[in-house]
Amino acid sequence: MTKSILLVGVGGQGTILASKILTNGLMEAGYDVKMSEIHGMSQRGGSVSSQVRYGEKVMSPVIEKGKADIVVSFEKMEALRALDYLKEDGTLVVNNVEIPSMSVITGDESYPEDVLEEIEKHVKAKVVDATGLAREIGNEKAANIILLGTIIKSMGLEQIDWDAILEANIKPQFLELNKKALQVGIQAVAE
Amino acid sequence: MKKLMTGDEAVARGAYEAGVRYASAYPGTPSTEILENLSAYPEIYAEWAPNEKVAMESAIGASIAGMRSMVSMKHVGMNVAADPMFTWAYMGVNGGNVVVTADEPGMFSSQNEQDNRNYAKAAKIAMLEPSDSQECIDMVKAAYQLSEEFDTPFIIRMTTRVCHSKSIVELKDREEVTSKEWTKNPAKYVCLPAIARNLKVKLLERMKTLAAYSEKSPFNRMEMGSGKVGVIASGVCYYYAKEVFGEEASYLKLGFTNPLPAGLIREFCQKVEKVYILEENDPYIEEFVRQQGISCIGKDLFPAMGELTPDVIRECVTGEKAKLIEFDKSKLIGRAPTFCAGCPHRGLFYRLGKRKDIMISGDIGCYTLAAGKPYTAMDSTVCMGASISLGAGAQRAFNMDGINRRVVTVLGDSTFFHTGINSLINTVYNKSNTVNIILDNRITGMTGHQDNPGTGYTAKGEETTLIRIEDLVKAIGIKHVFVINPNNLQEVDDTLDKCLALSEPSVIITRWPCALKKFSKEDKAEFDSLFITRDKVDPDKCIGCKKCLKAGCPAMFYDKATKKVVINRAQCVGCDVCAQVCPKGAIGKEN
Repeated sequence: MTKSILLVGVGGQGTILASKILTNGLMEAGYDVKMSEIHGMSQRGGSVSSQVRYGEKVMSPVIEKGKADIVVSFEKMEALRALDYLKEDGTLVVNNVEIPSMSVITGDESYPEDVLEEIEKHVKAKVVDATGLAREIGNEKAANIILLGTIIKSMGLEQIDWDAILEANIKPQFLELNKKALQVGIQAVAE
Repeated sequence: MKKLMTGDEAVARGAYEAGVRYASAYPGTPSTEILENLSAYPEIYAEWAPNEKVAMESAIGASIAGMRSMVSMKHVGMNVAADPMFTWAYMGVNGGNVVVTADEPGMFSSQNEQDNRNYAKAAKIAMLEPSDSQECIDMVKAAYQLSEEFDTPFIIRMTTRVCHSKSIVELKDREEVTSKEWTKNPAKYVCLPAIARNLKVKLLERMKTLAAYSEKSPFNRMEMGSGKVGVIASGVCYYYAKEVFGEEASYLKLGFTNPLPAGLIREFCQKVEKVYILEENDPYIEEFVRQQGISCIGKDLFPAMGELTPDVIRECVTGEKAKLIEFDKSKLIGRAPTFCAGCPHRGLFYRLGKRKDIMISGDIGCYTLAAGKPYTAMDSTVCMGASISLGAGAQRAFNMDGINRRVVTVLGDSTFFHTGINSLINTVYNKSNTVNIILDNRITGMTGHQDNPGTGYTAKGEETTLIRIEDLVKAIGIKHVFVINPNNLQEVDDTLDKCLALSEPSVIITRWPCALKKFSKEDKAEFDSLFITRDKVDPDKCIGCKKCLKAGCPAMFYDKATKKVVINRAQCVGCDVCAQVCPKGAIGKEN
């Protein structure tokens, strides 16, 4: 059975690296894997998403609306936007971070204060303060790997040798930080 | 060895394995990474051309000289390259030649979603359409072999999802291919009318031969299921279809799509009761199937625009909308792309947008974002290089009608080199009086930082002659040329005032590097205060008027608790635009 993982966020949050490590790990574990990303204009502060699908034989690289097994959002508003993609009994992980869009900065729209409440009216979300946790272990930028850890735990992929995958994809000076971040992420969603 | 690759990486890999030694391209989403990856192979000479026509012609030259060559472009780039391409089809190749087009169903980063399969048909060029990354490798390799066997260039037609999706590929060794000998052969390579008439006869014959080959191509294959439903699909739609219709349905997967295999299609359609044609954009396959007198379900059911993803197909076939989690959509806020913190376009457009009674003729690049809030500083955008020529036409029309409205044209450095030069020659020659702004951010920004004739470096990172835009426009005959720092708002205003008062054409070059660029040693020497400072708000002076926020910088936000504006230290690069906008002098340099 093909599984579908959707990572969403804002340009610059590190969704691409997280999904790269994820897909390499899945491939090493023997799964067929496909991943789809939209580049281009979305890099400039727009919404970004990476779609990852794995299983014995994957057909479409694109996840259908209402069919994602897990949605991991690096930002609150993007979690709400991605609800269209989540399965009814799917898992939602939300990084409790608010990034104002340009329309909010210029005052044309205001960022609603009850985004998490709106989400939790419909879905039981796992809210994680990945950015805060990353700061605790030494670098805010490791939030993406903490969120990768939440995917690994939620999808039951702990048996894969993630340390080896991180070694192949992360610069040596950031390796220990990211190994730690991955474990922090796994712990953050442990029941 | 197994590897996860995007389709773009895989096209480059296929060219590498096929012994290709020459490649040229102009950057354009979603095709850019093809040449970027080709240039990483030491065995391949790869270059950025100023535009797709030049890239195509260079690749044709390498092929005529006997070398296997590749040219890649986004779909609209093929419009620029179409002139040489149509005649190239008549001539046939010496070394194998592949033309890659990356189409954009859904228009994620494009101005239209034209279906370039129509080009293959119109130009009579053989075409392959890969569905995933492994097929990108396999088809590129086959294309070179068939190109030389059938004496024809090949088009590889990609789409965004094939270009930018990753799937697993098997890497093989490169096969070194020595160049074929070049001999004088005007009957093949000089397309004079008398020669072209002979070549056209050969071209029509070649298409018949290729049509027969298409029937037995391994890229066109039937996969028979147990059910009554049959699906004909090409490209990524094949996988979308399999996702929806599963193993029970039968499939005719078409990979060799010009010429299409009429016999195979007839055979397939006889075996199934109902035929769906799944293809994005135009009814290219569908029209061919209907021409054969076969009834099918195509664009009467499926949309002729956008992506034909599994959810779209499912909704069309079942007539039911997917059950989604309902939520209050009014809580959603937009998140459109914006100019980055420190973007040198900000200062220019912030001031230009405030001018009354001008028409701003824009172009293709990051700066097209100036059309939206908070700048609303763009009134038209068509295609690469059009700003200057479209502006000249509009200015002439206003002048002829006695309307006192000035036209300001805006385009980037790379876009100017692409096709803006010709337009500016027209402006001078035909005595227009437009104000032409060239946003020289020292790189091709939008597509992710490729070098261009103005940067002083080649695609391979070698130093080369740096073409200075100010020298070039003066040589064309522009008498009024101003090179300014766009982060200096007073300089922007003063220069605009000067140029708008002129009765002759002028050029303003806003020269400041893209904030995301990897700065060259020349950049560091020329721009002394290059993003090495930060700005901060003095909370005692800030009155919370939010004027600075209208400059549209993502590094700033209004803190509701303190009723003051805050600058995000992690993002600010000290361009000082906000400091010049602040009426209270509350923004200054961080110590």
